[in-house]
Formats: sequence, structure tokens, C-alpha cells
Amino acid sequence: MSHLAVIFRREFASYFVTPVAYVFILVFLVLSSAFTFYLGQFYERGQADLQPFFNFHPWLYLFLVPAVSMRLWSEERKSGSIELLLTLPITLWEAILGKFLAAWAFAGLALIGTFPIWMTVAFLGEPDHGAIMGSYVGSWLMAGAFLAIGCCMSALTKSQIIAFILSGTACLMFVLAGFPLVLNFFEGWVPVMILDLIAGLSVITHFTSISKGVVALTDLIYFVSMILLWLFFTRLMLIMKSAD
Amino acid sequence: MIQVNQLTKQFGSSVVVNGLSFDVGAGAVLGFLGPNGAGKSTTMKMLTGFLLPSSGTAKINGHDIQSERQAAQAEIGYLPEGAPCYEEMTVYDFLRFISEIRGFRGREIARSIDRVLERVSLHSVLNQRIETLSKGFKRRVGLAQALIHDPRVLILDEPTDGLDPNQKHQVREMIRSLSDEKIVIISTHILEEVSAVCSRAMIINKGEIVMDNSPEALAELAPEHESISLKVADLGPQELADALSQLPETDRVTLDQGGGVTVFPKIIGSPLLGAVQALLAAKHWRVDSMIQHRGQLDAVFRAATEGGAR
Repeated sequence: MSHLAVIFRREFASYFVTPVAYVFILVFLVLSSAFTFYLGQFYERGQADLQPFFNFHPWLYLFLVPAVSMRLWSEERKSGSIELLLTLPITLWEAILGKFLAAWAFAGLALIGTFPIWMTVAFLGEPDHGAIMGSYVGSWLMAGAFLAIGCCMSALTKSQIIAFILSGTACLMFVLAGFPLVLNFFEGWVPVMILDLIAGLSVITHFTSISKGVVALTDLIYFVSMILLWLFFTRLMLIMKSAD
Repeated sequence: MIQVNQLTKQFGSSVVVNGLSFDVGAGAVLGFLGPNGAGKSTTMKMLTGFLLPSSGTAKINGHDIQSERQAAQAEIGYLPEGAPCYEEMTVYDFLRFISEIRGFRGREIARSIDRVLERVSLHSVLNQRIETLSKGFKRRVGLAQALIHDPRVLILDEPTDGLDPNQKHQVREMIRSLSDEKIVIISTHILEEVSAVCSRAMIINKGEIVMDNSPEALAELAPEHESISLKVADLGPQELADALSQLPETDRVTLDQGGGVTVFPKIIGSPLLGAVQALLAAKHWRVDSMIQHRGQLDAVFRAATEGGAR
């Protein structure tokens, strides 16, 4: 088994030895359902789709994903086990990817746990299954991007709380980038090209377009490059701050 | 073989390790001695590839720690300071993880774990979570992970820190029992530990090597080495001191509390003891007590790290 697989397995299993995994999955399922049925007016709309369900994912992820990612490196720093891990004969990329993929797989597992809602909508009407599948993929990719951001923030500090707050804030920036709140601020004094670029950085824009069932190459490239870029930053932080 | 050449580490403007150069051959147990903040841990972190040196090189069995980091790390078993590990895992799961990362496959994994359990006696807690273990057991888990691949180089950062005297003894016995082909480097500020396990002691202060020799040779540098304390029944300390001062081998004589005197030799290995005995015999003085002292490392350590060595 490769180093990557060994690290992945250890990390993934570590979620389940403490109550963290169960609490997280439970909260995710309860909140995503509550939002869908109460705020999203799932029944009242009378449409057989999962838009009200997926619309809340970016907001749910804002605080749930940092809760998963905050421990990735902060905990290693705090306990000193980072010194053990990084003096094993593995590459830094193997450590970073192993941890990230484990967290991403965990997020995927939580997402899979929401399948009853898909069954509900399929039972009640004739939903566009392609769009729903696309939304699931988009949601998972978005979780991946947030996790990569959180990974980097976690590499910055020993404190999980600080990692959590930094990750949440950074993710919020990427959510809000496509909103009038941010765009109005820039409008009028920056070139349209830059304005488009800022809007193009928004997680929401890309998530929404994938949610429509069209998995466009640009959206895929956006999410994959977000993940790679932030993992690259993670590596940079780990090298720069290994002395602390 | 470990070859260290001009190894230097700077954090900002402070130089923590300054141009360290030394070689260690197989069979040596090298002790890094030094006050807190002397650069012992930083040096170990560079040798194990955790920290990049600011300049200089280190080679572990021929593998450069920077250009062939993984090959060098594969040669090393490392116990970081405080023996950190993944506390939420059981001892068995943790050792299995390390064994797999170290490249063991299939049945070799169980064999590597068995071998190391034997050595550090962890059988009784094998399926307990590490966070529930006592300090002594945690330290043994740390040692077990360092030994699991039977490495040729062992680097142990304060392996006995925080242990009780019995546990200290066990760890020292274990270090001593390691085969002669290994290189062991330990850091410590417990001086008796150096005398107990090390074949070579290196005193480091402010990132530089100030002394490097066998613990015995270092101890001989202590001012009290080969000095003689004695007490005579027939006359007072002052008269005795005056008489001893006349001997050509005597450097100086001091008065002790309790009516005795201590006489220091001019040179180490001089026949001072014989001369004192001859004097006592010639004067027919009756000796109450007489002790010849051996140098203690702590005096040497203090002198070397606080300035003002003899």
C-alpha cells in the first residue's frame, strides 16, 4: 500500500474513534433537512426538485466544513505529532493529500447520508435526476474547495479555534464574491474585466451552474484549481512554519 | 555513519545552531548535553529532516538529509521531544500505522510489531488507546515506533524526561542493549544519564560544540578530579593544611567543614596520593578518613556552559 493510502486510512479512521464524525453527520443531516423543509418550503413550492435542499449547502458548509478541517494540521502542531509524521520517510505531498482526501471522503460520506431526500422527491414526483446528480457532484466539489481552504488555515496555527474562524471567513469571501454586497463595492471604479473576475471567483456562481445539471468544464476547472491552489498554499505554510 | 558539516540554523536574526561539525560512527552512543535552548533539539530536528538547515550539510549513512531526505529518514528511528503520537489510536493501531508507512507488508507488519513489543514490553496495553496510558507507557510507545524498522540510526530527544527513576533505568537499559552496529544519539540535561549510557558526550552551548569527548575524559576536567579529602586525629586542620602545602605535588589546600582538608593535585595523574600517604607515615599521624575524589560531569558542564572553565 502506498504512503498516501496508509495516511488516508489512518486519517479517515480517526474521525470515527471520537464522537466528531457522528456529531458532524447528525448535525449536517438535521440542519440540511430543516433548512429544506422549513426555510426552503420544499412542499409548498410544489416542484419536484432539490433546489431548496442544495441552495443552503454553501451556507451550511460555511461553518460545518471548517469544523472538519480545523484539526487537520492544528492538532498535529499542538500535540507535536507533526514532527513524527514529517520525519517518516514520506513526501510532504503524500501527507497533505492523504489528510485532505480523508476529510473530503468524510464530507462525501455525510453527503451520501442525505439520500433519503432524493428518494422522497423521486417518490413524490418526476425530478430531473441528472440535475440532482450534478448538484451532488457540485456540492461535493464545493466541500472540497472549502476543505482545501480550511486545510491551509489549519496549517497556519496551533489553535483549532483560530483555524476555524480563519477558514470560515475565507470561505465566506468566496461565497460572497458573486453577491451584490461585494460586487457593488467594486462597481464603478474597477474595470469590468476585474469585476467579472471577482464574480467568477464566487463559489456560488459555479455551484449554481453545476446544480442545473450542466457539469461544464469551466466549473470543474474552477473547483479543481481551487483545491490544488489551496493545497499548494498548505504546503507552503507547512514549509515556512515548520519551526514553530 | 553520520557526517555533519558546518550545520547552521538561524531563526530570523538569532543563530540557534552555529556551524556544527562532527562525525559519529557505528556503535557509538552520543549524548548531546547542554542547557535548555542550547540547540540540541534543533540539531536533532535537522538531522531527522524536520527542519531545513540554513546552511551546512548532514549525511545519514551517506544520504544527504536535504537532497535524499526520504532515503535518510528511512535509516532513522526518531523519538521527538515529549514522545508525541496519535493519542486517539490504540497502541496496536498506531504501531501498525508506523509499520506500514515504514514499508512493511502483510505478515511482516505483525512480525515487526511483535519484535518491538518484546523489546519495550507493551503487551499489556496493546489494545488501549494511547491517551489513557501513563507517561512511562507513552514514552515506551514512542520508543517502539522509533525501533519498529530496526533502524541503524536512533535519534532520541530527551528519552527519559519526566519518567520516574525505575522507568529511567528501564529506558537506559534498553538503549544500552541496542546492538553494537547502531548509532544512537540522545539529548539530555541529566548528567548521570550521560555517564550511564553514552560512549561519547558532546556539550553544546549557544549552538556550538564546547566539549566533545568520552564522559570519563570530560569528568577528569572537573576541578575536584583526583583531589584528596582527609582528616587526621592528631592535629588541627590548619597545621595539616600547612604540612600538605609543602608537598611538591600539591596545587592548593582548602579547609573543609568538619575539620578536614582537601588537597588538589598540580597535574592530573600525579603521584599526589602516594606523597600524602608517605607524609602521614613519616609523621606517624593517625588518619580518621581519607577519600580520593573522581571528577563529576556537572562541574564540567557548569563551567563549560556558564563560562570560566578550568
